[in-house]
Amino acid sequence: MRIIRYIIQKEFKQIFRNKGMLPIIFVLPLIQLVILSSAATFEVKNIKFSYIDHDKTSFSRALIDRFDASTYFNIITDFPSSRRANTAMLKGEVDVILEIPHYFERDLLKDKKTNLSVTINAIDGAAAGVENVYINQIVQRFNQNAQVGLLQPSDMKNVPKSIISIPSFWYNKTLNYKTFMVPGILVLLVTMITLFLSGMNIVREKEIGTLEQMNVTPIKKHQFIIGKLFPFWVLGMVLLTVGLIISKVLFQVPMVGSALLMYGYTAIYILVILGMGLFISNFTDTQQQAMFIAWFFVVIFILMSGLFTPIESMPEWAQALTEFNPIKFYVEVMRMVMLKGAGFTDILPQFTKTLVYAIIMNGLAVWSYKKTN
Amino acid sequence: MSISIQHISKSYEDVTALKDISFEVKEGELFGLIGPDGAGKTTLFRILTTLLFADEGTATVAGYDVVDNYKDIRNHVGYMPGRFSLYQDLTVEENLTFFATIFGTTIEENYDLIKDIYVQIEPFKNRRAGKLSGGMKQKLALSCALIHKPNVLFLDEPTTGVDPVSRKEFWEMLKRLQKKGITMLVSTPYMDEAALCDRIALIQDGAILEIDTPQEIIKHYPKKIYDIKANNMYELILYLNEYQYNHSVYPFGEFIHYTDKRDDFNPDELVQFLKDKGLENITIQPTATTIEDTFMELAR
Repeated sequence: MRIIRYIIQKEFKQIFRNKGMLPIIFVLPLIQLVILSSAATFEVKNIKFSYIDHDKTSFSRALIDRFDASTYFNIITDFPSSRRANTAMLKGEVDVILEIPHYFERDLLKDKKTNLSVTINAIDGAAAGVENVYINQIVQRFNQNAQVGLLQPSDMKNVPKSIISIPSFWYNKTLNYKTFMVPGILVLLVTMITLFLSGMNIVREKEIGTLEQMNVTPIKKHQFIIGKLFPFWVLGMVLLTVGLIISKVLFQVPMVGSALLMYGYTAIYILVILGMGLFISNFTDTQQQAMFIAWFFVVIFILMSGLFTPIESMPEWAQALTEFNPIKFYVEVMRMVMLKGAGFTDILPQFTKTLVYAIIMNGLAVWSYKKTN
Repeated sequence: MSISIQHISKSYEDVTALKDISFEVKEGELFGLIGPDGAGKTTLFRILTTLLFADEGTATVAGYDVVDNYKDIRNHVGYMPGRFSLYQDLTVEENLTFFATIFGTTIEENYDLIKDIYVQIEPFKNRRAGKLSGGMKQKLALSCALIHKPNVLFLDEPTTGVDPVSRKEFWEMLKRLQKKGITMLVSTPYMDEAALCDRIALIQDGAILEIDTPQEIIKHYPKKIYDIKANNMYELILYLNEYQYNHSVYPFGEFIHYTDKRDDFNPDELVQFLKDKGLENITIQPTATTIEDTFMELAR
């Protein structure tokens, strides 16, 4: 026990003496949390909108006014011809071109039917889809109003009843993007920092030769491993705390669930990550190698965690793979507990999987750690 | 026997590092392992300190088998690797306390053993180990290797890269430690240090060339060695190599060490030969054999 305590003490001393590392551990992740949470949004806004108005009537102007009134569209310009508009699209100056045909008003009044042409820049497919929905909504609303205005009193009885749906967004009433992102990004930071640091730590001892010196001492495997990894477990918990405070104070993310549960789950979760870090360092000889391997896994874990893209829309094999992704469970748990107020029984499946993962990962790591080769 | 090595062999993928090595080190002996870089010295150390398994053969250290009783060995040996491998970001005192704790002891408990060495670095005990000079690093490393009062001490090239004064001091320290009953196995590429050991093993390409006391090893040298000097040393080597009766020609400090094939060698003949070649200020005199000469002879 005394030996473990002393190793832990030594680790902490080394962490705090590494002047280059301290800001990396504490400041950078928090900057990341603040920046990413505010910036990484899927909302499509500030769409660069342009139009070609061949009709030039009060009707066509009314339609354009509708786009102007929308907060999603910025009207950049109008083009005299579709050729000019297409060139501008090619240069990336506009995202959407709306072409209003000749006799738009006349056809609408006379035949109750006309066509609009919409061109959308679909380089970013997801954004293009969203833009399409916005445009359709505006045109439809305009269509309804126009029809009402054009109706004769005698036609009144034929007016179709339109169905209006009013959605209610549970757990995130205002669809605040940050509320959704902050817990996820917090998860990322805790994972990255603990994985990188633990992965590089033992390799560092290999690099500077102290591991060999340690290996000729009678120190036990478990004493060394616990002593080496415990400080990073503490660091992970501290990062979580600081992150939670920032989420609360800066982003006003609601915290419906129990903090104890979050900490309890994180405590187990960090064990998984530390086991992984140790495992990586057992199979690498330099910090550089360890870093690359850690990155490789982190990138896969992040992109397949459901943090940025919903897991439900992945192909089936990928969905099966995500079952091995600890970050996925952590993201789920954090969102469930923070936003929904999930209790222990609700997160039990994730909790169990993480625990099993932790046992397997650490078992592998300890097994592969050798004092003699 | 403090260290006993029986037919140890070790190969890395395609290189043979050690070929059937056997020797014994007596209790309280200062034993030198002398050989050039890449001779297999470090591999042997790593096997004896339980960091590496030998392919063949057995070895015991302080009475414990290096494979079966590796845990006991770790309690009873001190190892000072060739590379400085203490924590550079911890202070002198913290490093020492750390290793004392790992071995389940304290600095106070074994202070008498390291006192001589530690007092020299004590004024800098709050300095980070990385900021120490080379000689002081060695002293700290030695203190750390001794802190648990080992029976056997392994020193892998302890003086490589250390200045001559510190080297001399270091060997004096080893001599003092020997008086306290610690068996020591030291490796070094410096032949002059070999003379300071009780017995030495000359090792090259993973094989032992000879094992004996330094004095005996020198006696075994079959030839008489001459120091030769002239105004142009480069040409001197060339001409000596041309000389038909030469046995060996090596530069040695400011002289050339020369041995002749014939038993009835007359130096004047050689001087005449060199004069004919146009060299001047030729001096030639017999000289004492050194370990280095022996090694060069054995390694031929």
